[in-house]
Amino acid sequence: MLFQPINRNYHDFSIVRDKDACINCKVCIRQCAYDAHYWDESRQKVMHDNAKCVGCHRCEALCPTSALLIQKKKSEFKDNALWKPEFIKYIYKQADTGGVLLTGMGSPVGNIPVYWDKLLLDASQVTNPSIDPLREPMELKTFLGAKPVKLEFGKSKDGTPKLKTKLSPNIELNYPLMFSAMSFGSINFNLHVAMARAATELGICYNTGEGGLHKTLYQYGKNTIVQVASGRFGVHRDFLNAGAGIEIKVGQGAKPGIGGHLPGEKINEMVSVTRMVPLGSDAISPAPHHDIYSIEDLHQLIFALKEASEYRVPVSVKIAAVHNVAAIASGIVRAGADIVAIDGMRGGTGAAPGMIRDNVGIPIELALAQVDQRLRDEGIRNRASIVAAGGIRCSADVVKAIALGADACYFATAALLAVGCTLCGKCYTGKCPWGIATNDAKLAKRQNPDIAAKKMVNLVHAWGHEIEEMLGGMGLNSIESLRGNRDKLRAVGLSDTEMDILGVKHAGR
Amino acid sequence: MKRVYPDKDYCIGCHICELACLTAHSKSKDLILAYTVERGSEGLSSCKRVHEGGPTCVALSCRHCDEPACVAACISGALQKDSETGRTTYDREKCVGCWSCLMACPFGAIARHPLENKIVKCDLCADRPGGPACVAACPNQALKQEER
Repeated sequence: MLFQPINRNYHDFSIVRDKDACINCKVCIRQCAYDAHYWDESRQKVMHDNAKCVGCHRCEALCPTSALLIQKKKSEFKDNALWKPEFIKYIYKQADTGGVLLTGMGSPVGNIPVYWDKLLLDASQVTNPSIDPLREPMELKTFLGAKPVKLEFGKSKDGTPKLKTKLSPNIELNYPLMFSAMSFGSINFNLHVAMARAATELGICYNTGEGGLHKTLYQYGKNTIVQVASGRFGVHRDFLNAGAGIEIKVGQGAKPGIGGHLPGEKINEMVSVTRMVPLGSDAISPAPHHDIYSIEDLHQLIFALKEASEYRVPVSVKIAAVHNVAAIASGIVRAGADIVAIDGMRGGTGAAPGMIRDNVGIPIELALAQVDQRLRDEGIRNRASIVAAGGIRCSADVVKAIALGADACYFATAALLAVGCTLCGKCYTGKCPWGIATNDAKLAKRQNPDIAAKKMVNLVHAWGHEIEEMLGGMGLNSIESLRGNRDKLRAVGLSDTEMDILGVKHAGR
Repeated sequence: MKRVYPDKDYCIGCHICELACLTAHSKSKDLILAYTVERGSEGLSSCKRVHEGGPTCVALSCRHCDEPACVAACISGALQKDSETGRTTYDREKCVGCWSCLMACPFGAIARHPLENKIVKCDLCADRPGGPACVAACPNQALKQEER
């Protein structure tokens, strides 16, 4: 390419334009946030620059004559099992820039097994009846928080039984699902409105992420979990008392061990006020919480937050799934957390160094099984609920997660897919053509909260129906009966070690 | 009456409403032919115009006013207010191309036909079974036909 670096032509996508169908209406030019399409004045037609295409498919989706096709560029390097094309391209990029390679969304690497795909569910045949969820009641209601070891009853004055045990605060969910943390700033206000409305309509919760909560969204507090992360952005007394739960974010599955960085360009007026940071300044979340260097410190923070919220709401601690996750989770529960959220290594992000995202942490399935087992072995499983996050793609993943011991699942990538995301992974540029990971006024309005909320509601309804069908097939009429019920799972093609960690038998056994 | 209302907060400036309008008012009812052939040969044009300024954009067309200035100004009786449907109707045959309506319309919602001494004005897709094409085509529900 003339006047360009020599590796510019090693791009990922090709734009294929059907000459018969393209009418030069310029819709693609207006939709592309990366200027891959442009109007060629001398040729009087729409042209494109393949090197700029990020593969978001926005132009393809909106082309009124279906004239566009976005393809992987067919050009291939000589086959090399060690030097896969992505590694070659990483090196070219870094040789040019000298910088850390940034990425967005969850890890796409294929060499780490997706254990959901290796697990199969049971169904009732002959000896026990399956249940038709359309004819019989099916309970998906889920309560998150500490449960008592035993219940004590007394009698009230008129002789009726009365519960004497004082119950801990719990979050009530109509589905074992929640929208996971995506901060206001990383995604825009329209999507926060959509998530808040969808969660309210569904009777579930969404998580504010670490960017605080905009004043106008306090009305959805009953369906909100407010997050306190290492940057403490937007954290104040009203914020802590605005939601149905408080979450301390220690780690994130996509980038365990590192903090966050919201670039100044994304800090507009609204984000600045909500985060309580100056307009246009970078919002940097440190890697650790500077007041947590031990389980005892975590204990202090948990109870500081409980004090601040007058013990009305449960406190959750979210950690990334890492090597010693079971012991860490045990410590978290003993420190007083009511909910432990574990985020697996395939969890999404708005921005993370690719090397961290693809190489740090462990899959959620293994972490979840180990945490549940450890808490049960120690006799403290009732003291906290477990929420599994990071790579929940469908209702079957949810059912398998619950059978492995989760009380509920967090999902976010699926929610973004529901509103148009195509996983192009360029969230960190702040120019999301689907209007998701951007605060650019012109791009952000591509998300109409009315449409987005409806799509999110539809998705959860659909998953709910499927979960009911799967439960019914197993002869269960309540999600409670599935929780930690690993007998309902069988593995295919896993080693003895993997099955031992997951606590499941091989299919056929 | 039900009018088409644009929502500037969610208009994404894609101009797809213009293409839908063009197609709905074409002979072929085919976007590719309407845009590439009829637009040039017959001066087919959209009644809808997307106006942009910075990040704001909004798709405008005739508002079918309760007391339309264009009807009052029309010297030939081509523009009429239909008391039953509430539409401001345009009879192409009667139009003499005096442009009085263009001057009178306070919203700039009437355009000159590019080839003939006629005007281009929204008819709310009177003959289209599904209602206005622009509303149906908007990918972001930024155009709504409703009673307000």
